[in-house]
Amino acid sequence: MKSTVAAIALAFSVFVGLPTTSSAGSEDIVVEDAWARASIGTNRPGAAYMTVRNTGPDPVTLVGLETPLAMMPDIHETTTDANGVSSMGPVGEITIPAGESVALEPGGMHAMLMRLQIKMVEGETFPLTLNFADGGTLTVDVPILGIAARGPER
Amino acid sequence: MSRRTLLTYGAAIAGVAALTLFIGWWRVDGPGAPEPVAQRPLPLTQMEFQMTDQGGATVGPASLLGNPSMVFFGFTYCPDVCPTTLSDISGWLDDLGDDVAEMNVVFITVDPERDTVDGMAEYVSYFHPAIQGWTGTLDETARAAAGFRASYEKVAVEGGDYTMDHTASVFLFDAEGQFAGTIDYHEPREFAVPKIRRVLATTGEQTS
Ligand SMILES: [Cu+2]
Repeated sequence: MKSTVAAIALAFSVFVGLPTTSSAGSEDIVVEDAWARASIGTNRPGAAYMTVRNTGPDPVTLVGLETPLAMMPDIHETTTDANGVSSMGPVGEITIPAGESVALEPGGMHAMLMRLQIKMVEGETFPLTLNFADGGTLTVDVPILGIAARGPER
Repeated sequence: MSRRTLLTYGAAIAGVAALTLFIGWWRVDGPGAPEPVAQRPLPLTQMEFQMTDQGGATVGPASLLGNPSMVFFGFTYCPDVCPTTLSDISGWLDDLGDDVAEMNVVFITVDPERDTVDGMAEYVSYFHPAIQGWTGTLDETARAAAGFRASYEKVAVEGGDYTMDHTASVFLFDAEGQFAGTIDYHEPREFAVPKIRRVLATTGEQTS
C-alpha cells in the first residue's frame, strides 16, 4: 500500500513537474511553454526554450541544467551588436525575482544542448532538469517540434 | 607679467589650439577615425566569389542578377539565431506567396569547414523551398563576406567545440544587383514583409 502511494506520488511529481526535493524557494517555480527544435543527427547542438515563472515570495536562482539528451547543457544568451553581429555565450546563474518570470526564447536566452547523445526527433519529448541554488530541482518534459518551428504549440 | 611671459603663454595657447585641431582631424578624418558602423554591401556586380549551391552547382554573385535577392550569413551548427532566421524568412515567403516566386533567397555559411554541400542541402530542405544554401572554401567565404560587408569569427566554447559569431542581418538587392536595404535579425514580420515588397515593386517598375 505504502509503495503504491509512493509510486503515485512519484508519477504525479513527474507529470506535474513538482520539485523532487523540498527546499526554500524553488518549489514555487513553474515552467511554461517549453519547446525545442528537432535536430539533424547528433553532431549539431540543440536548443530548448521555455518560460520559467517564480510564483513564490522569494527570489530563486537557476544555476544549471541536466538532461540525458546532452552531455553539456547550459543556458546561453544571444546578443546582437550595433553592426548586426550576433554572438552567444553562457549566461551563468539567473535569479528570478519573486512573482516574476524569465523567458528563454529565440533571439534571447536558450537552453543550449551541447554534445547531443540522442537525436532530437519531432513529436517526441525529452526530460530537462533545472537545478536551483537552494538545492531544489525541477524536471520538465520538453516537446520536440520541427526544425523550422517558431514557437511553442499552444 | 613681463612681455616674455605673455609671449610664452601666447605660444602655449597657440600650441594647444593647433594640437586640438590636429586631434580633431585625427579622430574625425585622419587615421584615428572610427570604422563606419555597418557599411553598405557592394553592388552584386562588384562582388567576386565562387561557391557551390545545395544542388552542387557553381554559383556566385552573378547568379543572383536578373531577379531581386535576399542574402544572409549563418552556419548549420547554430542552434538559435540561424534556425530562427531561416524560419522567420520562411514565414515572410509564405506571406508573400506567389509574389516572391522569382526571388533569390540565399543562406551562405560562414563555417565551410563543417558545412559541406550535403549538409547545407539537408539543412535548407527543412525550410521554405526557395531558400538556397551556399558553401565554399575558406578563402571564397572571406571574399563573399567582404563584399557584403559582413563579418564572422570563430569562437571557442566549452569542451573544445566552437561556434561562430556572425552578421545576422538579411541583405536585400534589386534585380540589377544594387543593395536595397537590410532586415535586422529577428525583425518583426510587419516590418520585414513591406521591405521585401518594396524591393519587388521597384524591380517590377524597372523591368516593365
Ligand atoms: Cu547557444
